[in-house]
Amino acid sequence: MTTARRSCIAAVLFALGTLPGASEEIGDAARGADLFARQCKACHQIGEGAKNRVGPQLNRIFGRRAGSVEGFTYSRSMARMGADGLTWTLQTLDAYLANPKALVSGTRMNYRGMAEPEARAALLAYLRDWSDRPQDIPEPEPTARKTDPDLAPEVLALRGDPDYGDYLASECQTCHQADGSDQGIPSITGWPEEDFVIAMHAYKQKLRPHPVMQMMASRLNDEEIAELAAYFATLK
Amino acid sequence: MKLNRRHFLGTGIAASALLTAPTVWGQAKPKVVVIGGGAGGATAARYLAKDSDGAIEVTLVEANPIYTTCFFSNLYLGGFYEFEKLQHGYDKLTGAGVTVINDMATGVDRAARTVTLAGGQVLPFDRLILSPGIDFRDGSVPGWSLDAAEIMPHAYKAGPQTQLLKKQVEEMPEGGVFAMIAPPNPYRCPPGPYERISMVAHILKSKNPTAKIIIADPKEKFSKQALFEDGWNRHYAGMVEWIGPDFGGGKVEVRPEAMEVVIDGEVTKVACCNVIPGQKAGKIAEIAGVTDDSVWAPVHPDSMKSKADENVWVLGDSSAQGDMPKSGFSANSQAKVAAMAIRGELTGSKTFPAKYSNTCWSLIAPDDGVKVGASYEPTPEKIASVESFISEVGEDAALRKATYEESLGWYAGITADMFG
Repeated sequence: MTTARRSCIAAVLFALGTLPGASEEIGDAARGADLFARQCKACHQIGEGAKNRVGPQLNRIFGRRAGSVEGFTYSRSMARMGADGLTWTLQTLDAYLANPKALVSGTRMNYRGMAEPEARAALLAYLRDWSDRPQDIPEPEPTARKTDPDLAPEVLALRGDPDYGDYLASECQTCHQADGSDQGIPSITGWPEEDFVIAMHAYKQKLRPHPVMQMMASRLNDEEIAELAAYFATLK
Repeated sequence: MKLNRRHFLGTGIAASALLTAPTVWGQAKPKVVVIGGGAGGATAARYLAKDSDGAIEVTLVEANPIYTTCFFSNLYLGGFYEFEKLQHGYDKLTGAGVTVINDMATGVDRAARTVTLAGGQVLPFDRLILSPGIDFRDGSVPGWSLDAAEIMPHAYKAGPQTQLLKKQVEEMPEGGVFAMIAPPNPYRCPPGPYERISMVAHILKSKNPTAKIIIADPKEKFSKQALFEDGWNRHYAGMVEWIGPDFGGGKVEVRPEAMEVVIDGEVTKVACCNVIPGQKAGKIAEIAGVTDDSVWAPVHPDSMKSKADENVWVLGDSSAQGDMPKSGFSANSQAKVAAMAIRGELTGSKTFPAKYSNTCWSLIAPDDGVKVGASYEPTPEKIASVESFISEVGEDAALRKATYEESLGWYAGITADMFG
């Protein structure tokens, strides 16, 4: 990757940024490079000659199906998300970086997540530099990032009526076994409540790909999701 | 379930029962009798016993001590699932506090609120749940009756009939014809006949590749049609012929003794014939007088309560509720709403707005699974679909495999939810 190419993309981004109503530029790629060096590089390579290490190489990650780098052995959970149709875009990668286990529950990526939206944006801008140039691919991935508000703390904290939790949870238990057995459908028993809430909102916002879960989540309001999170967190 | 949590809930229920249902106090416990131990009945019995914490006496009447699920029986037919794994006992339901009686219900006296069993026992009830599945309409396929089911099996109630059909398919002579007489709407498990065709084709492809399959169908279109037709073309090219009503698929006669099928006047000699007749609510629903001219039992969309009797509920295949397909998943979903509503009436526990859902997985070939599903809510007129999805033609192999594996997980999940 040459500096010339990077600045060329920056120019394109700048141009987009000046259009009325346009989205916000991805982020500060220089800061992203620094973040990558400090937080990602121990496991992931990117750039010319990048190889799979503890984690898969990250060249051209945008537009790629999750769990699809050849020669890398993924967790069952990541492979399942890829099979279900999870593709890496600005939106899905942002969610994954924010809380890896909320998007892909059983991921082996041993990383707690990056809370600060601007830091994630910077890292995404850096990763984006090592993907294809948008003008060279038929259906380019967006180079700018839609401002997507994170979940408000009060959404994460809602708790209500345990009787209602019982009733709501009965719908989940047609497929998800209460005792946590996984015979083809993942366990949802004993999850940390916050992970559960974020995961359900990821389905509701259609970041997570599964159609049954998207449908189930779409008709749950914030209170109901919080209720279910509390129910399954304490289920034994 | 954590003990302290359950204990807390139990205390809450008992307290509210005291406040809101004083008539229960000092009398015998309220009694619920459930007829039919399948996806509707077993789930309802289990949730009533579990959630009422012993405050309701729950009795389940089911003729078979070991239940064989109709869902997944096609996978047994195709060699993807063992017959024994379709079978479930009621031990855990008994352990959960349900009294299970293996007998046939033969009479319902709604005025006296009693159920009579074939063995002579009379069971009083405060609330009755009917979940008897389907029965077949007499004369819906000319030339066929239940007496002919040993020659031309229906295999639409799982058990010996399913085993018989599998044996017949496997013993078909080389190049023989397998015929299916598909049922008119509405019927149990809309994609079921077409998944079955896929399973039969899978067996014939390896054992008897010159054999042919014909489907005589009275319907203009069928569930997941594009997905099945695409799958049949990809996996079983040239083997499957679907004859819709435009080509006489609805004008059918069968001749079991001669092993002939007559479609629109044309006689075909067949090696195996699966007759799936027209269907109606299970007989006990008719006996109880809760069915109408539609031959199904109308229910209130917000509770699954019978429109004919405020003390009777009808679940699953037998009910006429609106948009939900007749499936095990639907029955299980309806059972939870019914159990909540009945518990509310009998113990004063809290009730919440009804939510229903359904997903039906089908297997087309090894690792080629598809699904269709929807969520539902009650409206004043019916249970109405609010959102739906279906697999798409052209999905990649990894997704189809994941869908099949998910169906295995669902089977484990729903049977645990039904039987404990």
